[in-house]
Amino acid sequence: MIRVTLPTHLRTLAKVTGPVELQVEEPVTQRAILDALEAAYPMLRGTIRDTVLKERRPFIRFFACGEDISHEPADAVVPPEVVAGREPFRIIGAMAGG
Amino acid sequence: MSEVRVLVGTRKGAFVLRSDERRKDWTVDGPHFPGWEIYHITGTAADPDRLYASQSSSWFGQVVHRSDDAGKTWETVGNEFVYDGVPGTHQWYDGTQHPWEFKRVWHLETSPTDPDSVYAGVEDAALFHTNDGGKTWRELSGLRNVKGNLWQPGAGGMCLHTIILSPDNPNRIFVAISAAGAFRTDDGGITWRPVNQGLKSEFELPDATAEVGHCVHSIAMHPSRPNTLFMQKHWDVMRSDNGGDSWHEVSGNLPTDFGFPIAVHAHEPETIYVVPITSDSHHFPPDGKLRVYRSRTGGDDWEALTNGLPQSNCYVNVLRNALAVDTLDSCGIYLGTTGGQVYVSADSGDHWMPIVHDLPPVLSVEAQVLP
Repeated sequence: MIRVTLPTHLRTLAKVTGPVELQVEEPVTQRAILDALEAAYPMLRGTIRDTVLKERRPFIRFFACGEDISHEPADAVVPPEVVAGREPFRIIGAMAGG
Repeated sequence: MSEVRVLVGTRKGAFVLRSDERRKDWTVDGPHFPGWEIYHITGTAADPDRLYASQSSSWFGQVVHRSDDAGKTWETVGNEFVYDGVPGTHQWYDGTQHPWEFKRVWHLETSPTDPDSVYAGVEDAALFHTNDGGKTWRELSGLRNVKGNLWQPGAGGMCLHTIILSPDNPNRIFVAISAAGAFRTDDGGITWRPVNQGLKSEFELPDATAEVGHCVHSIAMHPSRPNTLFMQKHWDVMRSDNGGDSWHEVSGNLPTDFGFPIAVHAHEPETIYVVPITSDSHHFPPDGKLRVYRSRTGGDDWEALTNGLPQSNCYVNVLRNALAVDTLDSCGIYLGTTGGQVYVSADSGDHWMPIVHDLPPVLSVEAQVLP
């Protein structure tokens, strides 16, 4: 199972209190994780990536194993620790504003 | 005894204020959707339990919520606002063309008869409609065919902020767009025409009387006079008596004719309200005094309403969707400020009192009398 952590506002929107667990078929990519996340929690559609182009929203970042992987291709496989469920795929609201 | 419900959208959530028809003692419920910008939260006349809220964030985009139990619980509905066909371009700040990009929903206008029918005014300016309670939204794209390539965002964004459904003609709708102007359809939204004749924007447009491009801030109508419209433009308070075909200025003796909202008394179609603001450079009231101005003559002749409003050191603004009226026999007037105050007058503006002092900046206020 893939573990995904959400920022506070999206946890509220999804009505969850902690990380969510998702069954994702391999290859496990950003796109596959987000597809599974939006299928399980349809209220999150459009809040992480554009509904049509499926592009990451500008103030959303993706982290895994302590690394910012936001600019990795959407179809690149995420780190093996995330695939194995040992590390979460973190969705973070970027620091922005004053 | 009737209940009054005031729905308040703020920069950091929504609040529901309730009172009886005396409007002296209030309860404050909220924040709903804490931390999100609520550009608009509104009820429906056809079903008092049905509410809609536009929730947005620079981080997470647009969400639309619906409640079927008067705000006790909420569910997300559709948030796919996809422009019809090829979105095209509009004018950018530097005069070049810029693609249409959806940013947020500014205003939700519910049908008086069908709680599932709602119009949404969005930024970048367009009009959408749902007839399934918000699950799906479809653009009425004929609007953007009206010289949309000449529309240009103002400082507040190129937003469609005002939607008026004509009470006597289901095919007639008026909309207003910042830095584009006012528009009307007479065929249910298929085709549109600009209704800006008589507007003058001498310091804002290269052609002061251009067909489109005027920065209309809000429009109001009394349901008994569907051909009479009142407009607060960037500068100038205007009036039309022919469904927008032509306008004339009624700023009269206002201390300044810059402002954002305009409203009409619930029972007196010639009694209108504005909140004069110093200028487009100084978004606060003149002399540090928050004064609502009332005209009982449909404009030109205005009186300041000050009793109960702060008359010193007040430097708040009242935004375009933050002035509302209720329909009780003694008409109530409500205004919300960027300082987080919501004021009520239960006697048509003669006396005011704060309902609440310290909310986040208020973006919208809607008042509804419940059976």
